[in-house]
Amino acid sequence: MTRAPRGKAYGIKSAPYAFLVPATVLFLLFFALPIGYAVYLSFRRTEVEGLGLGKGAREEIWAGLANYTDALSDPELLHGALRILGYGAIVVPVMLGLALLFALLLDTDGLRVRGFSRLAIFLPYAIPGVVAALMWGFLYLPDVSPFLYLLDAAGLPQPDLLDGGPLYLSLANIAVWGGTGFNMIVIYTSLRAIPAEIFEAARLDGCSQLQIALRVKIPMVAPSLILTFFFSIIATLQVFSEPTTLKPLTNSLSTTWSPLMKVYQDAFVNNDIHAAAAQAVVIALVTLTLSFGFLKAANSRTKQGDSR
Amino acid sequence: MQYRTLAASTAAVIAATTLLSGCGSPDGGGDEPAASGPASLTYWAWAPGLDKVADIWNKGPGKEAGITVTVKKQASGDDLVTKIITAAKAGKAPDLVQAEYQALPTLVSNDVLADISEEAGDAEGEFADGIWQQATLGSDALYALPQDSGPLMFYYRQDLFEQYGLTVPTTWDEFAGTARALKEKAPDKDLTTFSSNDSGLFAGLAQQAGAKWWTTDGDKWKVAIDDPATRKVADFWGGLVKEGAIDNQPMYTPAWNKALDTGKQIAWVSAVWAPGTLTTAAPATKGKWAMAPLPQWTAGENVTGSWGGSSTAVTGDSRNKKAAATFAKWLNTDPTALAALVKESGVYPAATAAQTGGALAKAPDYFSNQPAFYTEAARIAQGTAPAAWGPNVNVAYSAFKDNFAAAAKNKADFGPALTAMQDATVADLKKQGFGVSQ
Repeated sequence: MTRAPRGKAYGIKSAPYAFLVPATVLFLLFFALPIGYAVYLSFRRTEVEGLGLGKGAREEIWAGLANYTDALSDPELLHGALRILGYGAIVVPVMLGLALLFALLLDTDGLRVRGFSRLAIFLPYAIPGVVAALMWGFLYLPDVSPFLYLLDAAGLPQPDLLDGGPLYLSLANIAVWGGTGFNMIVIYTSLRAIPAEIFEAARLDGCSQLQIALRVKIPMVAPSLILTFFFSIIATLQVFSEPTTLKPLTNSLSTTWSPLMKVYQDAFVNNDIHAAAAQAVVIALVTLTLSFGFLKAANSRTKQGDSR
Repeated sequence: MQYRTLAASTAAVIAATTLLSGCGSPDGGGDEPAASGPASLTYWAWAPGLDKVADIWNKGPGKEAGITVTVKKQASGDDLVTKIITAAKAGKAPDLVQAEYQALPTLVSNDVLADISEEAGDAEGEFADGIWQQATLGSDALYALPQDSGPLMFYYRQDLFEQYGLTVPTTWDEFAGTARALKEKAPDKDLTTFSSNDSGLFAGLAQQAGAKWWTTDGDKWKVAIDDPATRKVADFWGGLVKEGAIDNQPMYTPAWNKALDTGKQIAWVSAVWAPGTLTTAAPATKGKWAMAPLPQWTAGENVTGSWGGSSTAVTGDSRNKKAAATFAKWLNTDPTALAALVKESGVYPAATAAQTGGALAKAPDYFSNQPAFYTEAARIAQGTAPAAWGPNVNVAYSAFKDNFAAAAKNKADFGPALTAMQDATVADLKKQGFGVSQ
């Protein structure tokens, strides 16, 4: 850090920049540079001559937009996007709905086991995604699943939890189980920040607990709902470890089930980092557009609400 | 190879996830002082216990020659190939790498491996022709020294075969008959399953039928995945799945382990390393299994394919190629090293002389009821059909997994899946610019 003597004009002027240096350096080194390199890679490709064996048979050349046209015209990437759309349509409403419900319940007056319940709901979030997916995989597999065993014992039909429609529910369940706690904490924290006198006023006006929750609490935590929704969209678009972990257990999950799995497959299995880089850039742009588009829409609505 | 358990694949996923977030690990081996004098080599490998084998070298012959080898443990699998290629691009590849045979053309095509024919070419006589050819890619060069091999065999529950009055199939026709006979006697049991999650087994079965998936024709590759031999294999298994004579669920799942352990599935087409897998997958049925040669397409023949197997290769980045080749040769041909490999790493050595006697004189623990296990295995290994690999095996393998999984799930014909696998492989070669002949 620069130690400029007090009173010297240039010292004061340069101080903000000096404070910015660490963050800027970290940003450039670990954020801008890798992204820039990925973008650079996405415009290149390797060109092989003949058999491709021996020295100099492979060279890296400019590909222009070829990787991007490939990525955008690849039906598998589009199908992957549609699959996670279906997955997200289950995960996001269920997870946020539960998170809001739990947060409101925890915030109810006179609750006895608040600390314990909060911890119990939050705990699954602390379990790594791969471990959770592996554990749920065991619970879903026929022959080792206790659920299916109970259904069997009761003489009920046993659905294949790793195929067709139930597969989406099974995958969504893992995300909901793991993510509800985190979102609940975010919403709960903002509930606790609401001044108590507002509730008092509502109660004096004759509001029931339910009415307070619906009419006062939910509108007041809208910003955190927007935030959690924003996080959930990003997490959905980036779903990778759960389907990847469940893939070996079933014939129904392909190696390119989600867009990120396709990127992984191209980069680390098929060894085509250029195609993978282009797909990654496309996914990043879509994620940015969707999430910031949503934020902007949400913000403009809030502002309208404010000016009313 | 034999560590294809769920845990291992999970470890690979975790490793891969870390790779995604931070490419290019700094533990390459390019920092040693230049050649002359004592050499210190790094060796990327996944076989367990290899560090102990390297210790024997470091304390014995390595000490005399002034060559020290450090093993850096890797997760096996497809992403290791990418990791090595990436390291080589940065000029930081280790001196030695453990590479599966089918990865060698990919590594050679990416200019990662050094030609060690001068240093180690004289080891040719130690290995079966089919194995040696995989290390030379059919050229005059030598890109690796074969380490282990995985000839395919037929494993079955002896007690249950007796109970249901089944005979051990010697041909694939009999195999289908056995599967149907079992279904008749015990409808809730399956002879085995067709698994879409390991392409290596299918490749081995195709080799047995005479398939040569990649061959060269001048300066062009010829891809023959959808050839009559492979189609015969695909139709055979597809037919069994379709009529419900065998199961269609993937292997290496907890459910599969349980099926083997409880006798819900009573046979497994696998390789010589199966005892290791069975020990963990089906511990309760130890001593009840037996091994027989793989069923044949023509009665009376002795042909088998390979599932897995790996080699030791020297990289072009190594500053001590000669020292590295010396170690690789010692590791895979010296009797002391081979005995240690069998004992510490549990591999089935590729060197012919080491396949009987020594550490393999006694049957594996799990097969103590079959004392002649390794004598029989060595006889089967003699009939190993050559494998022909190309520069994009990974692409073909992914296409296998996706297309055959869908076909097995829907109990549909395997023919279209095989065509899709061929098309994906050819399309990828063309996209990369390889010469491809039709």
